[in-house]
Amino acid sequence: MQALTDLDLTAPRESITVLLGPNGAGKTTAIRMITGALNPDKGQVRVFGLDPAVDGEEVRTRCGVVSAKPALYDRLTGWDNLAYSAELYGLGRGDAAATAIRSSATRFGIDDALDQQVGGYSTGMKTRLALARSVMHEPDLLLFDEPTSGLDPESSHAVLEMIREMADTGSTVVMCTHLLLEAEGLAEKVVVLEDGTDLIAGAPDELTQRYWPGMVVRLDAEDPVGLDRLAHAEGVMSYERHERGVAASGTGTGSATVQLDDLARVPELVFALAEAGVRVTRVEPRIPTLEDLYFAVRDGREAFSEKGHGDTGSAASDGKEVAA
Amino acid sequence: MNWGRVSTVARTDLRQLIQAKDFWVPMMILGAIFFFFVPTILLLAITRVGDINAVQQLSNALEVLPQQAQDQIQGESPAGRAAYAMAVFLFAPVAVVVPLTISTAVGAATIVGERERGTGEFLAHSPAGVKEIYLGKLIASLIPGYLTTLVGFGVYSLVVNLIVGPEVGGWFFPTQQWWILMLWVVPPFLALTLSLVLRLSARVKSTAAAQQASGLVTLPLIMVAYSQSTGALFGAGSASIWIGAIAWIVAIVGLTQGMRVVTRARLLGVADGI
Repeated sequence: MQALTDLDLTAPRESITVLLGPNGAGKTTAIRMITGALNPDKGQVRVFGLDPAVDGEEVRTRCGVVSAKPALYDRLTGWDNLAYSAELYGLGRGDAAATAIRSSATRFGIDDALDQQVGGYSTGMKTRLALARSVMHEPDLLLFDEPTSGLDPESSHAVLEMIREMADTGSTVVMCTHLLLEAEGLAEKVVVLEDGTDLIAGAPDELTQRYWPGMVVRLDAEDPVGLDRLAHAEGVMSYERHERGVAASGTGTGSATVQLDDLARVPELVFALAEAGVRVTRVEPRIPTLEDLYFAVRDGREAFSEKGHGDTGSAASDGKEVAA
Repeated sequence: MNWGRVSTVARTDLRQLIQAKDFWVPMMILGAIFFFFVPTILLLAITRVGDINAVQQLSNALEVLPQQAQDQIQGESPAGRAAYAMAVFLFAPVAVVVPLTISTAVGAATIVGERERGTGEFLAHSPAGVKEIYLGKLIASLIPGYLTTLVGFGVYSLVVNLIVGPEVGGWFFPTQQWWILMLWVVPPFLALTLSLVLRLSARVKSTAAAQQASGLVTLPLIMVAYSQSTGALFGAGSASIWIGAIAWIVAIVGLTQGMRVVTRARLLGVADGI
């Protein structure tokens, strides 16, 4: 089984790159290959210009990782968990390590619980501790694999805010998630993965512009067939009608989605429909979300399977290419 | 090889063991049974028993020991001679069974446990080399068993000297052969056993499976160690030196081979065969 095939991933500095994809898409494998925890059978991985298979120790020293499971030692205290990491990452056991431990724990609001055994922590506290551990040695690249996994909405929001702050303070973050809402507003670059390959990559705005070059407006009408006259109206770039069923009155209800070259055309279109006797019940301009983009990419993956369309990253290779 | 990281891995594993009372309390009880309660009861029974015939029979039974061993037995009275033989020759397996049992229990869970808890992911992404992780875990598995044995050996020596010493003219234990056994013969058998156990721990899917498989694999090894230890005590000093030397060579080969089994993929649980 191939976990990754022909993946081309470049993470811009001091920004958040989100790997988006369903379970089994290859997100975790990508992170494991970036640190050299796994090595590709073919192709190449370059991180900081280094090959993790050869210079694994240096690459891993410059990375901070938070796994889907926090990967903490439950029998040890929070302090001991951080101290273990500090030693493995070369901070030693002296004052410098103690300062780094306190500083990172304070940053993530876990300093009061450092003397408690991690087994007694809540899931949110564990995630905070794992985040603190990942930044303690001041890595150049942070790799977060579904960091909000198992968290309640409030804790998830707090963790995502922390991740945003990290990028704001100059960290380079690569984050995996299958939760589209999580990536929304956080990602400066999105890479949509499926079956181990990247379907599309780029800034969310740039990608939505590519899929929906015009403004998208949804219109509901009592007689949806009447909306069809919009298909040939001036300024309408695309038109799609969606039947939704039959209302209690016996009239059909439904909606249509149109792409316009300018949102200012909406009033004149509604006026034209009213003149034609079409009773419009709702007009809603829609800004495409990441979710729209995701499903559009997946639904249209045949058409967009060609590599390199608009990707700001490196050129595709014949094997796996992961660069950061 | 970064020995600082080896030490870090070993210390952290040991720190976790110390926190696990459910593990070390039974192990302490095991050591106490083998090194204190059983020898105390048996030696007291021999030296303080009123049945002269029973002691005489036991003393006669010593004639089945090799002549070299018989020549070493001290004591004038039948009770003294029987107690001396019991203390010096018959408890050797204890010195082997206890460390092997304890270290096998620790070692079996060490790598598969990281995988089960998800902490293998942390180690796999850390700068620590797989050899450093392997050696750290080997040391962490070896220390509890060997330490228990050394402490138990001290207690056993005290028991033997206090109970048997007056029968043979004073404190006499440990004998030279026991020193060789404890410092030269037992450690390589322990290392060899652990090299097999760590291999199993890296390959199997669960801690329970590792415990089961380790029991099967180490049982023959315990028997070999048992017989070799007994032989080391019965034989001349040179015999135990040779037994120890051969055991060290086999152990070093086993440890070197075992080092290759720990991989980052296995820490993550994605290697073939897991």
